Amino acid sequence: MKQILQILALVLAPLAATAQEETVVAGLSQNEVSITANFNGSEILIFGAVQRFTPLPDGDPLEVIVTIEGPDRPVTVRRMDRRYGIWMNTEAVEVDAAPTFYAVATTNPFRDVISDTEDLRHRISIPRAIRAVGTETDRQRDFTDAVIRIRTNEDLYQVLEGSVTLRNETLFNTSFRMPANLVEGDYTARIFLTRGREVVSSYETDITVRKVGLERMIYTLAHERPLVYGLLSLAIAIAAGWLASAVFRYIRMGG
Amino acid sequence: MQIYLPIAEVSVNAFLLLGLGGLVGILSGMFGVGGGFLLTPLLFFIGIPPAVAVATEANQIVASSFSGVLAHFKRKTVDLRMGVVLLIGGLVGAALGVQVFNALRAIGQVDLLVRLCYVVFLGIIGALMFVESLGAIRRSKATAGAPPPRRHHRGWIHTLPFKMRFRTSGLYLSVIPPLIVGLCVGVLAAIMGVGGGFIMVPAMIYILGMPTKVVVGTSLFQIIFVTAFSTLLHATTNYTVDMILAVLLLIGGVVGAQVGARIGVKLKAEQLRILLAIMVLAVCGKLAFDLLVQPSELFTLGAASGH
Repeated sequence: MKQILQILALVLAPLAATAQEETVVAGLSQNEVSITANFNGSEILIFGAVQRFTPLPDGDPLEVIVTIEGPDRPVTVRRMDRRYGIWMNTEAVEVDAAPTFYAVATTNPFRDVISDTEDLRHRISIPRAIRAVGTETDRQRDFTDAVIRIRTNEDLYQVLEGSVTLRNETLFNTSFRMPANLVEGDYTARIFLTRGREVVSSYETDITVRKVGLERMIYTLAHERPLVYGLLSLAIAIAAGWLASAVFRYIRMGG
Repeated sequence: MQIYLPIAEVSVNAFLLLGLGGLVGILSGMFGVGGGFLLTPLLFFIGIPPAVAVATEANQIVASSFSGVLAHFKRKTVDLRMGVVLLIGGLVGAALGVQVFNALRAIGQVDLLVRLCYVVFLGIIGALMFVESLGAIRRSKATAGAPPPRRHHRGWIHTLPFKMRFRTSGLYLSVIPPLIVGLCVGVLAAIMGVGGGFIMVPAMIYILGMPTKVVVGTSLFQIIFVTAFSTLLHATTNYTVDMILAVLLLIGGVVGAQVGARIGVKLKAEQLRILLAIMVLAVCGKLAFDLLVQPSELFTLGAASGH
């Protein structure tokens, strides 16, 4: 294996040197998050190294950005206003796709590690990760800001500036705390290396978030056999009601 | 102990759910109300998505009502004939109510209308019951040992056709008023996502003139079928019944209902009514307060309606 890598490195080295002088190699503590009955969030470690075949370049220091993104879902955002003395929903805006989970970790303050243009191109910061059609009018922005604010309060959106540790511009690691209210689906982890606020290399891998065991069974039954599921729910309810009644009668007669 | 709910897709404390179920179960057993009008807002508060809370709580009410009604059957305080008449009205009403609910959802104002319904109905019923029971308690204190006050004006109800004898309630009454009561409660139950006991119990006492002791068991009997019906509707159309959430709530609920039914026997009818009135008014006050005071977060997120 080591030999193959060496050969590969020799073959690729000239190519890499012209295209990219530094590439990122990374690993995850887990590629799969299993949602079980006592699931209470999950910690994911992301670590890696910068591979380079040339001496460490001079100039701007190397920075690392790591993101984890959950599946996109459309969201309806409603705003309340006071009408006739009571607070009610008056306006609604559809956000076409907002990630259900989004965390971004960096080595330094966000503005110091990447430029706006690069952010726009790679959709790295939270506002860029949300797609709202129409336009960036002030009114529209109020609604997307609300999505970010509400989800940040629920720990679904996280900005972790300075939480990536980088050693000797070569080894880096960071950890993410994923909350318990995760949506099932394919999550994406992305790693960007930047120099002088420009992206020099990136890496992408998947994290699968799945319900397993009892959770899986219940979810599948509810969606594929809804009538059976409904009747089963009722049967459980009635059995529990009867059982409690019987137990209490027994206790009373005994005591 | 945290537990992940597969349909609601959130993680909550299992003991918190057991406690909530137990609390609501006690009230259910004592007053013959399903307790949905308390449990639904409580579930919202701990972060269960509203659609899941409403559907699952219907399932939970089936359990606690079933447990409660068995206790009442033992004491022969269920008027089966009256229950069936109310139920016929209730099922028709629930089906109508679901139509109304979907129409409101299309307009996008369903939350507001549900809350307004709560405030208006809880306010009216709570105030009426409170004043009436207070008067009853004052009268019984003033003339200690005197016979309880007679039920007044049952005039027009007795002029209606299709009379039927309800032996357990000691009534000879037209079937039209109970059918209408059942229908109205069914509509409101479906719109407000509750069993509807808190509307039906006063209606049975004040409109139909049923004795309080029979009212509780009979309303539980009717609620079981109406909520079972709406559980099935929710499970097959919206997939929002969370079995794990329901089981946790109902374990607490059925135990609570048994305890509540025993507490209920020990209390006097007037005391029972005044307690229920205070509770109804408290919930009403909280909901009205929320409508009038500026919320800390003006924006809310919901699943996109388009699909």
